[in-house]
Amino acid sequence: MPTTETYYEVMRRRGITRRSFLKFCSLTATALGLAPAFAGKIAHAMETKPRIPVVWIHGLECTCCSESFIRSAHPLVSDVILSMISLDYDDVIMAAAGHQAEAILEEVRHKHAGNYILAVEGNPPLNQDGMSCIVGGRPFVEQLLEMADSCKAVVSWGSCASWGCVQAARPNPTRATPVHEVIRDKPVIKVPGCPPIAEVMTGVLTYILTFDRLPELDRQGRPLMFYGQRIHDKCYRRPHFDAGQFVEAWDDEAARRGYCLYKMGCKGPTTYNACSTIRWNGGVSFPIQSGHGCIGCSEDGFWDKGSFYQHVTDTHAFGIEANADRTGIAVATGVGAAIAAHAAVSVYKHAQDKKGDDQA
Amino acid sequence: MNTSLPHVKQTAVYVYQAPLRAWHWINALSITILAISGYLIGSPLPTLSGEASDHYAMGYIRFAHFAAAYVFVIAFLFRIYWAFAGNRYSHQLFTLPFWRARFWHELIHEVRWYAFKEVEPAKYIGHNPLAHLFMVVIITVGGLVMIVTGFALYSEQTGLGSWQDEMFGWVIPFVGQSQDVRMWHHWGMWVIVIFVMLHVYTAIREDIMSRQSLISTMISGWRMFKDDRP
Repeated sequence: MPTTETYYEVMRRRGITRRSFLKFCSLTATALGLAPAFAGKIAHAMETKPRIPVVWIHGLECTCCSESFIRSAHPLVSDVILSMISLDYDDVIMAAAGHQAEAILEEVRHKHAGNYILAVEGNPPLNQDGMSCIVGGRPFVEQLLEMADSCKAVVSWGSCASWGCVQAARPNPTRATPVHEVIRDKPVIKVPGCPPIAEVMTGVLTYILTFDRLPELDRQGRPLMFYGQRIHDKCYRRPHFDAGQFVEAWDDEAARRGYCLYKMGCKGPTTYNACSTIRWNGGVSFPIQSGHGCIGCSEDGFWDKGSFYQHVTDTHAFGIEANADRTGIAVATGVGAAIAAHAAVSVYKHAQDKKGDDQA
Repeated sequence: MNTSLPHVKQTAVYVYQAPLRAWHWINALSITILAISGYLIGSPLPTLSGEASDHYAMGYIRFAHFAAAYVFVIAFLFRIYWAFAGNRYSHQLFTLPFWRARFWHELIHEVRWYAFKEVEPAKYIGHNPLAHLFMVVIITVGGLVMIVTGFALYSEQTGLGSWQDEMFGWVIPFVGQSQDVRMWHHWGMWVIVIFVMLHVYTAIREDIMSRQSLISTMISGWRMFKDDRP
């Protein structure tokens, strides 16, 4: 049940040594791009500040955000943050169930009013009165609005909460709606990705705890420290892009040599995320490193942007599948032919008029 | 037998001043480079082999695109200035007499001329109405769209906080996401390419078939009329 334990106390109670704790602090400082001196500040904050209660609720989603989160690279992160969050509410991993679990929500809402962070995984569907997602016997959107009402800030986990993701892809039959379009009176921090990187998730929470303020956000509400640059900007294959060395087929020599995947439809140049720096599974790899292009999973509406294997993507705005290059070449050819025909008629007419003039 | 030269009285008007002519040809060159390099950025040349350090093909192509883009933008800004500083024909590119019935009447006449329905075209000192409409829509509006979307994409590499980002970064979330901005920038290229095709064709055709000079006008600045009739 909610207590005023500090993060450090929770860690120690969980059997984590001080040495491991300090290692976690310095790693987190590095992950956040802070000076080494901040490791001490993080440690101090975690030792002294009462933890911020986090309530983690689930709408229409696939739980891949939770799956990512619990695989956080450093064992400490998963142990510690997870244990702390589970103290309050996360219906996927908490021990309590049914009325007992729902009672916790009620308690947090009153006891920590204006003080807790509402983490939302997934989004609410608004069609059919929200009946497409039922939690605790009522539409998820009701639970979301109720819990958002007295929270301090909302964290939108993953592309579902941030943009809508696959359930909001055209034609979006349930009208799955991203969280910021439902909650307008609270700060919403978007942590997009399908799923987001574990260290990004823990990093955002750690930042809020350490500095007691929300991280700086970009125009679209994403933390600048993780979403300030494109995959392309920090991609280790970028030199091959600049050189003009591209994979042209999945089994060609260029693929074996690890050339740029741009021509295979890599969305690295249009995707803002930290995959190419933090990478996945404890820094082991990320999609491009394993030979597949980025699919742009942290970008708005990435399911509706055409093939994952095309760089010049389809345009849906005209009601038919149109590709700028295919249409452009076809129209240019058509216009060229029309010009030639028009020129031929013009020459004929001109010759005729001339003849008329001469005769006159 | 009449051996004297045919007597055709030609009148001439000085329309395009030297800075405007220079702008036209600089603009033409930059658009050509932009379209070719832009296409190659979207659909790169066949891959090069060897080490990355051996080549810089994409780097040079992208440099050509960005350099030509800056030339285009600076020329565009100059052209706006010249609309005020130049002669009475210089602001035609930025104004469309949308509410003047005569404009639309003449426009229909011009369309009919192209459809071989009129015996001869009317004379215009500046643009003919059809050309005027296309210039405003493609060069002025289209050029602006390409500048705004282009700088938005450029701001992705100059980074957050750069002046390109401060001024044009909002375009990306406004349009949707980065991929959407790319797509519309790409469509814009094709619109301009097709405009250039039509522009070159009609300029040559009208130079031959209309009652006034066109191509030489953009070189010398003088509009020559081939006859005296109104």
